[in-house]
Amino acid sequence: MIREKGTVELKHGAGGPAMRELVKSLLVERLPREAALAATAVGPEDLDDGAAIPFGDRFLVITTDAHVVKPIFFPGGDIGRLAVSGVVNDLAMMGATEVIGLTSSVIIEEGFPLVSLERIRQSMRETSLEASAFVLTGDTKVMARGELDGIVLSTSGVGLAQRVVRDAGLRAGDAIVITGSVGDHGLAVLSARHQLGLEGDLRSDVAPLNGLVRVALGAGGEAVHALKDPTRGGVTGALVEMAQKAKLGIVLDESAIPLTAAARAAAQILGIDPLGVANEGKALLSVEADAIRPILAALRAHPLGAQAAVIGRVVSDHPGEVLLDTGFGHRRLFERDAEAIPRIC
Amino acid sequence: MTNDPTRLEFRDPARGSELLTRLEHVVERAGRRISVMHVCGSHEQALARYGLRTSLPRGLRVVMGPGCPVCVTDAPEVDAAIAVASRGVHVVTYGDMLGVPGQSISLEDARSAGARVSVVYSALQAVEMARRSTDAVVFFATGFETTAVATAAVLDAQPPANFFVLSAHKYVPPAMEVVAASPDARIEGFLAAGNAAIITGYGLFEPFAAEHGLPVVVAGFEPLDILAGLIRLVELAVEGRAEVVNAYPRCVTRDGNRPALAKLFKVFERRDGEWRGIATIAGGDLRLRREYAAWDAREHFDLAPIADAPEASELAGKCRCGAIMAGSAEPSDCALFGKECRPDSPRGACMVSSEGACRIWHQYGLGLRSERELSTLRVRESSA
Repeated sequence: MIREKGTVELKHGAGGPAMRELVKSLLVERLPREAALAATAVGPEDLDDGAAIPFGDRFLVITTDAHVVKPIFFPGGDIGRLAVSGVVNDLAMMGATEVIGLTSSVIIEEGFPLVSLERIRQSMRETSLEASAFVLTGDTKVMARGELDGIVLSTSGVGLAQRVVRDAGLRAGDAIVITGSVGDHGLAVLSARHQLGLEGDLRSDVAPLNGLVRVALGAGGEAVHALKDPTRGGVTGALVEMAQKAKLGIVLDESAIPLTAAARAAAQILGIDPLGVANEGKALLSVEADAIRPILAALRAHPLGAQAAVIGRVVSDHPGEVLLDTGFGHRRLFERDAEAIPRIC
Repeated sequence: MTNDPTRLEFRDPARGSELLTRLEHVVERAGRRISVMHVCGSHEQALARYGLRTSLPRGLRVVMGPGCPVCVTDAPEVDAAIAVASRGVHVVTYGDMLGVPGQSISLEDARSAGARVSVVYSALQAVEMARRSTDAVVFFATGFETTAVATAAVLDAQPPANFFVLSAHKYVPPAMEVVAASPDARIEGFLAAGNAAIITGYGLFEPFAAEHGLPVVVAGFEPLDILAGLIRLVELAVEGRAEVVNAYPRCVTRDGNRPALAKLFKVFERRDGEWRGIATIAGGDLRLRREYAAWDAREHFDLAPIADAPEASELAGKCRCGAIMAGSAEPSDCALFGKECRPDSPRGACMVSSEGACRIWHQYGLGLRSERELSTLRVRESSA
């Protein structure tokens, strides 16, 4: 719903219900007819991580992502690593672990130090090598001092998938797997911004996940029913979205959720729920219960998946809801606009 | 094994189940419904955070009393801070205070309209801001005896002459007296806040327990602390023993922190004062003693509301914050809860503060569905 006098608020970019509502009402429902008719297997109306187009016996997956993190250099990464990882991960979450190529658009504020730009370029290159995903073309613009805060980096990616894995594909009885500890990225960025002095232990998890997803799909095949990366909105946001799309419930076992001691401490100091905080190097998988063992083994053998764990299960009751079993009782997890933390990715 | 610093002994679910079973037994033995009150936002946070309200015995009602310092700060106290800030003086305060409405607007609204308002995390930080400036800095000081001690400490350390305190500090024990005497609440015992008792000592509650014939159990904030405290409290209530028990002995002593208490009452004196929505509490407000008048904002600034303040909103009249803090209503009893009143558009103080019952319930989804539904959410049995 668009109000005549409304303006865009920060919550509209927070990855939660307000953002989905804005994207749906302003963009998706007003697409030109031609776009709606295009032969997509996964299209804009699905609000998934990207679009999938049938391409011979495979699928071409395309996705795009803009990055505005503050500070641009943070413990464990920077905006360059984030830009490459973000788009590679969006492709991987659709099953497109083989990246054909990336594009990069950068908008820079007048006065931005060249040495920082070089650091970002170097970081993008290193991340590209890790992911075997390279920028093939790009664009650069400069805006006058004060017209922009530092730098905005936008990347797009194209990849190929044998099978498109949807975020809505979970089934009752599935196990929910996370590939490692939760909340590290958002908490590291916030801790750096508030100068909490926890940076030594607290590092962003930002990393390209296509290699990790490849081994999981290799071990699990069709038993991997759904994939999603818990970025903005965190684990709670991602799982609520998955549960709502699939019209199924998810029950999480809090004691099984991996959390580093540093993240636990930072979350308590900042008064933030680590489940609601962004991750940039983790994936959530919904997998057939029988296939847990080989998938977990494959994930744990990969350097980015050593802490992979089963954290919950999909149930047919409580459709659209995510419940947390604390060991002392239960509570429902909510996606929240109000807890939006601006500019973390 | 016990040397592992990451092991959280007071959050051990296995011991939690044992305590829940014991609690169920003592409530069952009572053979009637028992209501007890806690008086601390942090206790409510823990109850909600760990989903404890879905596991407590049905015969036990645990209500939150006047335990949110931000919520009980009276509207005219907020208006005084707004008046100072609106006249161009730099006002600094705790973040939770920004959104709390006065009679008509909040400090946040005043800031949007051009007033100078900043957030601080401590009294010490407020003093440092004054030190770095030549302008007056007015610290709008709120909170119970826990934060009042910190304000007292900076005032007793000769802060700079451009530092002023606008005290809205409150003292909890007399508020417990008022709630205990109220016939609506039907409270059979109090779970006292362990953090405040670290300063006041549990001995403070002994005359209270004797006078009102009600047991008081001082409890900590981990889930096992709360369960152990509730078991003891229900036992005492059932046996009709108006005793004070310290269920937080790893932090709380009978005498409390004597030097801190001495400092508190060296700087502050107790006065009668209005607690928002509850009552006038005799000796419930902490105000600066005459000896500290040099730093008392009430002595140096015009606190009268600015002339063109807008009218109070109509919705504010429907807010049930007062009844909720007095323990006679729950957040979900309020018609505004979760509808017109949400964390992103609060109508009452209980939804503004992270210590407020409404905010906590909303944050953890309590009261957004009926309590009956919540208590039947036995997830373990329901599937697999």
